[in-house]
Amino acid sequence: MGRTPLIRGHEVVIGIETHVQLATRSKIFSGASTAFGAEPNRQACAVDLALPGTLPVLNRAAVECAIRFGLAVNANVAPLSIFARKNYFYPDLPKGYQISQYETPVVQGGALQFAWQDGLRTVQLTRAHLEEDAGKSLHESFAGQTAIDLNRAGTPLLEIVTEPDMRSSSEAAAYARALHSLVVWLGICDGNMQEGSFRCDANVSVRRPGAPYGTRREIKNLNSFKFLQQAIDFEVEWQIDLIEDGGHIQQATVLFNAVTGETRSMRSKEDAHDYRYFPDPDLPPLSIGPEWIARVRAGMPELPHAMSERFQQKYGLSADIAAALTQSKAFAAYFEVAAQTSAQPKLAANWLMGEVSRRLNQQDMDIESCSLSATQLASMLARIADGSLSNNAARQVFDALWAEPNREVDSLIDSMGLRQVDSTDELVRIVDVVLADNEKSIAEFRAGKDKALNALVGQVMKASRGKADPARISELLRARLA
Amino acid sequence: MKPLHELGVRELANALAARQTSSVEVTEHLLARLQAQASLGVLLASDKEVSLAHARAADARRARGETGPLLGVPLAHKDIFVTREMPSTAGSRMLEGYASPFDATVVANLAKAGAVMLGKLNCDEFAMGSSNQNSAYGPVRNPWDPTRVPGGSSGGSAAAVAARLMPAATGSDTGGSIRQPASFTGVNGIKPTYGVCSRYGMVAFASSLDQAGPLARSAQDCALLLSAMSGFDERDSTSAQRAPQDFHAAMLAARDGASAAQPLRGLRVGLPREFFPAALAADVAGAVRAALHDFERLGATLLDVSLPRTELSIPVYYIIAPAEASSNLSRYDGVRYGHRAAKHEDLQDMYRKSRSEGFGAEVKRRIMIGTYVLSHGYYDAYYLQAQKLRRMIADDFQACFQVCDVIAGPVAPTVAWKLGAQGEDPVADYLADIFTLPASLAGLPGMSIPAGAGEGGMPVGLQLVANYFQEVRLLHVAHAFQQATDWHARVPPGY
Repeated sequence: MGRTPLIRGHEVVIGIETHVQLATRSKIFSGASTAFGAEPNRQACAVDLALPGTLPVLNRAAVECAIRFGLAVNANVAPLSIFARKNYFYPDLPKGYQISQYETPVVQGGALQFAWQDGLRTVQLTRAHLEEDAGKSLHESFAGQTAIDLNRAGTPLLEIVTEPDMRSSSEAAAYARALHSLVVWLGICDGNMQEGSFRCDANVSVRRPGAPYGTRREIKNLNSFKFLQQAIDFEVEWQIDLIEDGGHIQQATVLFNAVTGETRSMRSKEDAHDYRYFPDPDLPPLSIGPEWIARVRAGMPELPHAMSERFQQKYGLSADIAAALTQSKAFAAYFEVAAQTSAQPKLAANWLMGEVSRRLNQQDMDIESCSLSATQLASMLARIADGSLSNNAARQVFDALWAEPNREVDSLIDSMGLRQVDSTDELVRIVDVVLADNEKSIAEFRAGKDKALNALVGQVMKASRGKADPARISELLRARLA
Repeated sequence: MKPLHELGVRELANALAARQTSSVEVTEHLLARLQAQASLGVLLASDKEVSLAHARAADARRARGETGPLLGVPLAHKDIFVTREMPSTAGSRMLEGYASPFDATVVANLAKAGAVMLGKLNCDEFAMGSSNQNSAYGPVRNPWDPTRVPGGSSGGSAAAVAARLMPAATGSDTGGSIRQPASFTGVNGIKPTYGVCSRYGMVAFASSLDQAGPLARSAQDCALLLSAMSGFDERDSTSAQRAPQDFHAAMLAARDGASAAQPLRGLRVGLPREFFPAALAADVAGAVRAALHDFERLGATLLDVSLPRTELSIPVYYIIAPAEASSNLSRYDGVRYGHRAAKHEDLQDMYRKSRSEGFGAEVKRRIMIGTYVLSHGYYDAYYLQAQKLRRMIADDFQACFQVCDVIAGPVAPTVAWKLGAQGEDPVADYLADIFTLPASLAGLPGMSIPAGAGEGGMPVGLQLVANYFQEVRLLHVAHAFQQATDWHARVPPGY
């Protein structure tokens, strides 16, 4: 495929770990709410605070999110997986350990397929495991002291780990976008990157083509696709510089500074923690039987690629258009409503990919926040289809609708004076009137002067006050004069 | 009527039901007695107003027509259980004055049954120890001989019941912490199958081993408490999903083929040869053998069985329990609650000083052992190996239960030792756990019943172990023995 772009003679190798915050109402091991933005420590219960005597109880909704994801990426959903304790001290880690999964995760293997560079790319997944988030340490505005907010402590996360399958920063960003869109599509994550619902760590190394993998450095906590790409780009150049200067890459964890666009080492392998993982004795192994999987499968939304195929079959759309329409569940749903209400799927697809997308991009909006409803758009499309609106006129109507999304479409068309006269009877009547008054032109036309027809068309246009379609008029005239 | 403190749970329930006394009267009597016997060191916290409020509430419930074997019965909780109304320290400086916002499930269950909370009972720090000398709040004395230990870690519970300061108490058992002090003080204690009692609100030592249970003066009284304490709890994921059980009613049912003279006819009692080593103290061996002879007289058949990995249970336990403890005790970091060092340079220094000051020597030792065995490069050799052996130890029991109904033997190799005697050598203390550890590792129910007297007139306990969820069988066998003997009814001189 020739998909290995070299940078200064080096091949880039990238693996991504993503922390996806699961959209459950309560935390993974306690009943406290997961809602974002509460007053500090108002959503931390006795279990989240790790008070003496408290015990974790697994939230089944979090497990179902993991099963959904596993099914969506064709992974093995482990019939038995183990929760383990990752031990380390930190003030925002109340128990002194994080409950995670280590040797036996709930989702094993699988792959994510996405469109990239005019083709389809597949990134193999290693695993996805359930774990709890830590709280937050707040260092600002406490005059030399650190404050702890434990609202986030115990929020369910699914950590999704890829194989080192990506070969460029843009491919990595495309993977992250596709993963983001999938988890939002599946309804297991709200996708809000500003609030930290979707955070990526990138493992980056470089090597000469054919050489074994180089030593990797892990860039932590990238919360935008742009930063992910920038951070990898900087890191790759940094690593190649070092190697070309005769240095050796040391395994390390690095942070990306979005202001400077640079990565900086946080800790090296030497001071890596010994997390002393061991199975959590407070939680029995997580058992997921075939019935549970079947139940989750039955409640799964139609997946993007399946929907795309259906769009091609049902609406006669091209593969490209169908793939573009299924970029997000909301976009696809908008399309289906518009297509079905107007009974004009191709028209709906064209307008969505054209005017609607252009407007959304201009205003940096997504379809969910679009105030023009799919049914309104459909009403307009129906007028295009029945000939009431020419394409030019439709653009004007669309602009007006965009500004006033709740206007009744037909009255809007009429008030703008844009209704196209296309009823054949009416047009035939005008044509006959015009023909009766223009015998000279008729004679000229019959004598072989084609230009004479233009004059007749002009007369009909004038009589219809511009609302008739010129092509249609000339068709009718030719038929009458034949 | 006998003095109120001489009444056990069942007798007290009867006296209360017959309106011969009130819960308030019993509570006041026992609080006064606790105060008078303060030198035993059993109490870590008490609050007369709280106790009397419970008693008045119980009397009011009775006045409204409620009944129940624990309604109005005063008892106290090992300080390993957190309580809303009294401080909960787990015997540690780390949690001095700690106020829990909730009650442990076991505490709440007993309160629901109408039990009155007399106070919180001394124990080894975080339940780590077998002589109650590891409490940050001083030792507990054995009522049979105040120069001796009461055993541990539920030493306060055992001594309080033995000294007739209360009819019963709660305890917890991780490697023998109910059974061994029961044995040392001549009371009854049952550690149910792992999962029978909720661990929610029980300060964790070793999560896969910790189990709550009662200490009381008879098997019947144990059964009454266990019925109220136990039951599935959705807040504890390791809690057994079983229907509530009336252990007391069930234990009184006669065995098939039993007779009045031979209530244990047909019962096969397995004696693991490893529980009777040559080194077993002669007084203990003698008392246990005599009790076993009584079992035969009551119709039981004794047979030789083997638990070949009994000795290995010591290293296995002293890897798994400290491993879990090292992690369970990480939450005591001085950040949110508990002891925080007054002066510290930075975060690491705050952790170091707070934990160094807050924890006692034995707790630190176990945290270090546990941290070591879980460390990279040692995990496989220690922790993983111990887990494998743990499964084999459980399998050994299953092999025994193919041929016998209960297993019997000593609880501890000796009677209670002198205060301070073994403090300098932790390994000697660890070795003394040899007979209680195997059932703990297997998660099996075990019970200690008073069975004789040894050196210096000190009590000797007999241990009974049954298969999973066969608490009723243990209680039934113990009850039959107690119908025919009076070891359980003996009171320490002066009490």
